[in-house]
Amino acid sequence: MRDDESIHIDSNEIMEDRSGVSRRDFLKISTIAAAVPVVASPRTVMAAGQEVPLQGPGKVPMEFSVNGKGYKASLEPRVTLLDALRDSLDITGAKRVCDKGECGACTVLLDNKAVYACSILAIEAQGKKITTVESLMQDGKLNPLQQAFVENDGSQCGFCTPGFVVACKALLDQHPDPSPEDVRRGLSGNYCRCGTYDGIRKAVAQVARKGA
Amino acid sequence: MPDYQWPDVEHRTLIGKRISRLDSPDKVSGQARYTYDIKRPDMLFGKMLRSPYAHCKVVSIDTSAAEKMPGVKAIEIVQKPGSTIHWAGDEVVGVAAVDEPTAEDAVRAIQVKYQKLSHLVLDHEPPQGAAETQGPISWDDIGDMFDNQVPERQIISQLQEYGISFKPTEDELKEAKEEGAPDSVIEAIRKAPQHPEATGKTKSNYQKAATQTQGDVDKAFSEAEAVSEGLYGAPVITHCCMESHGSTSEWTDPDHLLVHMSTQNVSGIAGQMAEPLKIPAANIRVHQDHVGGGFGSKFGPDRWGIVTAKLSKSAGGKPVRLMLERDSELRVAGARPSAYARVKVGARKDGTLLAWQSQSWGTGGPGGGGMPPIPYCFAVPNQKKEHTAIRNNIGPARAWRAPNHPQAAVLTMCALEDLAAKLNMDPYEFFLKNIELTRLPNVYRDEFPIAAELMGWKEKWRPRGQSISGHTARGVGLSLHTWGGRGHGSDCDLSIHPDGSVDIKMGTQDIGTGTRTCIAVVAADALGLPVDQIKLYIGDTLYPPSGGSGGSTTPGGVSSSTRRAVVDARDAVFAKVAPALNAQPAELEARDGTVRVQSDHSRSLSWKEACSKIGATPITCHGHNDQAAGKNKPDLTNSGVGGVQMAEVEVDTETGIITMKKMVAVQDCGLVIDVKMAESSVLGALIMGISYSLYEEKVMDQATGRMLNADMEFYRLAGLSDIPELSVHMMTGKGYDERGVIGLGEPPVVSCGAAISNAVANALGVRVPFLPLTPDKVLAALSQTSAKKAGA
Repeated sequence: MRDDESIHIDSNEIMEDRSGVSRRDFLKISTIAAAVPVVASPRTVMAAGQEVPLQGPGKVPMEFSVNGKGYKASLEPRVTLLDALRDSLDITGAKRVCDKGECGACTVLLDNKAVYACSILAIEAQGKKITTVESLMQDGKLNPLQQAFVENDGSQCGFCTPGFVVACKALLDQHPDPSPEDVRRGLSGNYCRCGTYDGIRKAVAQVARKGA
Repeated sequence: MPDYQWPDVEHRTLIGKRISRLDSPDKVSGQARYTYDIKRPDMLFGKMLRSPYAHCKVVSIDTSAAEKMPGVKAIEIVQKPGSTIHWAGDEVVGVAAVDEPTAEDAVRAIQVKYQKLSHLVLDHEPPQGAAETQGPISWDDIGDMFDNQVPERQIISQLQEYGISFKPTEDELKEAKEEGAPDSVIEAIRKAPQHPEATGKTKSNYQKAATQTQGDVDKAFSEAEAVSEGLYGAPVITHCCMESHGSTSEWTDPDHLLVHMSTQNVSGIAGQMAEPLKIPAANIRVHQDHVGGGFGSKFGPDRWGIVTAKLSKSAGGKPVRLMLERDSELRVAGARPSAYARVKVGARKDGTLLAWQSQSWGTGGPGGGGMPPIPYCFAVPNQKKEHTAIRNNIGPARAWRAPNHPQAAVLTMCALEDLAAKLNMDPYEFFLKNIELTRLPNVYRDEFPIAAELMGWKEKWRPRGQSISGHTARGVGLSLHTWGGRGHGSDCDLSIHPDGSVDIKMGTQDIGTGTRTCIAVVAADALGLPVDQIKLYIGDTLYPPSGGSGGSTTPGGVSSSTRRAVVDARDAVFAKVAPALNAQPAELEARDGTVRVQSDHSRSLSWKEACSKIGATPITCHGHNDQAAGKNKPDLTNSGVGGVQMAEVEVDTETGIITMKKMVAVQDCGLVIDVKMAESSVLGALIMGISYSLYEEKVMDQATGRMLNADMEFYRLAGLSDIPELSVHMMTGKGYDERGVIGLGEPPVVSCGAAISNAVANALGVRVPFLPLTPDKVLAALSQTSAKKAGA
C-alpha cells in the first residue's frame, strides 16, 4: 500500500467476537498509540471517516501492560507481540516454535482471552492486559493448575509447556468443569512433540474436579 | 571394596518409586531457560540465506548491498562459489545484524546466482532396473559423508574399496582438514587408488547396498505350507523439535568462545567446534540448562553453529544468536531415513516360520543409507535380502529416536501379521509360536499376557475384516521390539558439605527424559535424603564429561557414575561419623535423614549433625562409568530390552479416517529408577508413535525439489484430541531389577507403526502398505480390494 492511499473499511466487515484483534480494535489501538509521543511526526490516513496515524516503518515508541506491570519499548511496527515480549522485555515463558499461528507454544492471554502472541503485532497489543505464564505463580508458589501439571507429569522437554499451561488456564476459566469435548476443543490449538498429552489431560481433570 | 551394587528392594528408599520430575516447577512456570531464551548484552541476531534449489552449483555471491545496510555487523559465506548444494534449504551465507528484522532484510539483499542441476527427491517407487554399484568417490561424495555423519572408519573403508575419482592437491587436502576432516581420512584419501577417468560421470541415484543370504531360501519356501507376499514401508519424516536447532556464541576474548547451544551432547560439542574454529577445545565453554527436544537430531554443532561462532568473531566477539526458523528446522535439521520393501515370508501350517525374502529400498538423503535390521527381532532360519540405497536430494538424514528400528518393525511385523492372517491364526499365537527365534523369549513370554490383559485382546481380536458394522471397521494389532540401551561413559563429582548439603556436577543434559530426576534419585536413595536435597549442576563443559543423550544410553551412564560417587562419599562420611556413634563404619546406614547404627537405631545422628563431623572442607568423590562394559566392576548397567505393544483402531470405510481407540505398551528396561518418569517416556513414545503412524511425512515436490509441508499446519503432529486411552505397564521385580539400569528412550517408539498398521489391516481385511496411514491411502487400499472382488 502506498503511504498516500487511504484505507477504506466497510463497517460490515468488522467482527466483534473473535480471539485476536479485530480491525476496529486495531484502529482504536492505533489511536492510543498516537497519544504517546511519536518521534517522527506521524502521517495520517483517513479510515472509516477518521484520521488515523501511520506508524513506521522505523521504530515507534510503544507501551505495554504485561502481568500487571507497565513496560516501554521502541519497536518497528512489524515486530510481533511474541518477539517484543521475548527479545525486548526479556519475558521468555511464551516460546517461539512455528511463528505462524499453528502450534500454540506462544499462547498468552490478551484481555483474558487465549491468543497466539506470534500472530499479533506488538503495536496492536498496546492498551490491552497481557498475561503470560510467568504471572501464574503467586508468592513463589505454583497455582493449582501448575501443581497438577507437576503431579501428572504434563511436561517432558517442557518447550510447549508454558503455552499449554496458559491454554489450560483459559479453558478452565471458561469451562470450570469441562466435558471431554471441551478439553479436546479447548486444547486443540497446541502441539507437543514429546507426547505429554496424557499428563496434561489428567492435570486438567484433576483441577476440574478440585476446582482451580 | 565399596558396595556399589544396586540395593535390593528392602534397602531402596527412592529407587523404583514414583518421583515427580524435578524440573517440572521451572517448566510449568516459564522459569526454565532454554537456549532460545538466552539473551546476552549487545546480542546480534543471525540469519541464514538458504539455497532455493535441491541440487545446484553456487555460481556467484554478491553481498555488497547487504554489507552497506545500517545495522548489519557481519557476513559469512558458508558455501563459496563453486560449491555443490545437495538439498533445498542448505546454508549459503550467514548474516548477523542488530535485530532480527534487519538481519532478514540483509539476507534478502544478498544476490546469489545458482546453476541448477537435475535432482531427485522421491523415494516411494522401487528402483527401476539394476542398481549400480558404488563407483569411485568424488570430493562431493566425501563432503556428503561428513554431512551425513558417516562414521570415520566407514568413510575410510569406502575410500579403500572404491578409490577416488580425482587427483587430490595439497591445497584441497589442507582445506578438507580445515573443514574438519580427521587426519585418518586425509591419509586414506592420499592412499586411495585414483580413477580420474570417472570424473564427471553421472552416478545412478540407486546404489546396491547389500545382498545377504542365509540358509536355503528356495528349499524353505518349497517346504512352506503358507506363503505371504506384500509391500510395506515408512517414509522420510522429520524430527520437528519444538525448540529449533541453534546457538548463541560469543568470544569472551580472542581465544575463548562461550556457546549456548540447544543440544543433546553438551560434553561433545567443544571437540567438534575446535577444529573448524582453529582453537583448542579447552577454550570453548558450552552451556545449556534446558533443551526443547532433540530425538537424535542434536548431537553436533552443525554448520550453522560454526557459522554463528564465526559471525561473532567477525563482529568483534559480540554475542550472536542464530536459531533456525521453523521451515528450515523441518527442511534441513534432520530427517528419518525411509524404508520400503517387498517381502515374502513362509511358514508351516502350525505357524513355524521358515523363510524370509525381501527386496528393500529407501533413502537417507545424499548418502543413500543402509538396510534396516530385517527381519526384525525374529531370526528366520532361511533369509535372502537385497537392499538398494537411494541417494537423493530430500535432505540430510539424522538419527531419529531408535534409528532404523521403527522402519524394520513395520517391514517385519506387518509381513508376519499378513502371514498369520493367511494361516487363519491369531497373531498373538503366531508371534508366541515363533518367540524362540528372538533373543529375549522369556521377556516377551512375560509381557504378552500382560499386554493381552490390558488390551482385552482375547475379547477384541477377530479374524480380518469381521468387525465391520455399517461403515465402521474395528481392529486390533500387535508388534514387539528390542533395543540395546547400555549406559554410556559418564563422569561426575559429588560433594557432601560440612553443613549437610549435597551437590553433583556432571556435564550431562536433560532432554526431557528426566535425567536430572534420575541422578538425584540415585544419590538421595543412597544417602537416605529427600530427593530435593540434592543440588544438581549439569549442562556445562565446566563439569566432568558425560556422554551424549542418544541411543537410550543416558540412564545407565549417569545412574552408574552417580552411584559410584555417592557410595564412596557416603562411606567417607561413615568413616568420620563412626567414632561418635561408637561403631564401625560398616555398621552404619544412612536412612530417613539420619546416619545410624543398622542394628540399633537409637544410636543415631541427624544428617546435618553427621556431616558436621566431616571437618572444614567438603568430601568430594568422583564417579566414573566406563563406556567399555568390561571395565566397570561391578557393572551397574546392561543391554537388551524387550517390549510388546497392542493397538486398537476404528476405521471409517467411507472417509478413510482412522481413529485410535486404545494403545497398550508393556516394556522392560532392567532396574527402573523412577517409575513415574519411565511411564512418561513410554506414554510419550506411544503418542509420538501414533503421530508418525497416522500423520507424518516429509512431502517432497519433484518439480521444484522442495518440501511442500515445511510448517506445523501441514507437517501434522498428533494433537491431544487424536490420542486415545493409553495403558503402560513397566516390567519390574525378579528377572528385571537385577539386570541393572538400561535406557528407555528409544524402545517404546519402535512398535507403534507396526502395531497400528496391523490393527488397521485387521479392521479392514486389507493391508494399507505405507505409513502414514492417511485417509487417501486407506481408501486406495479399500478400492483395490473391492475392484478385485468385482473382477472375481
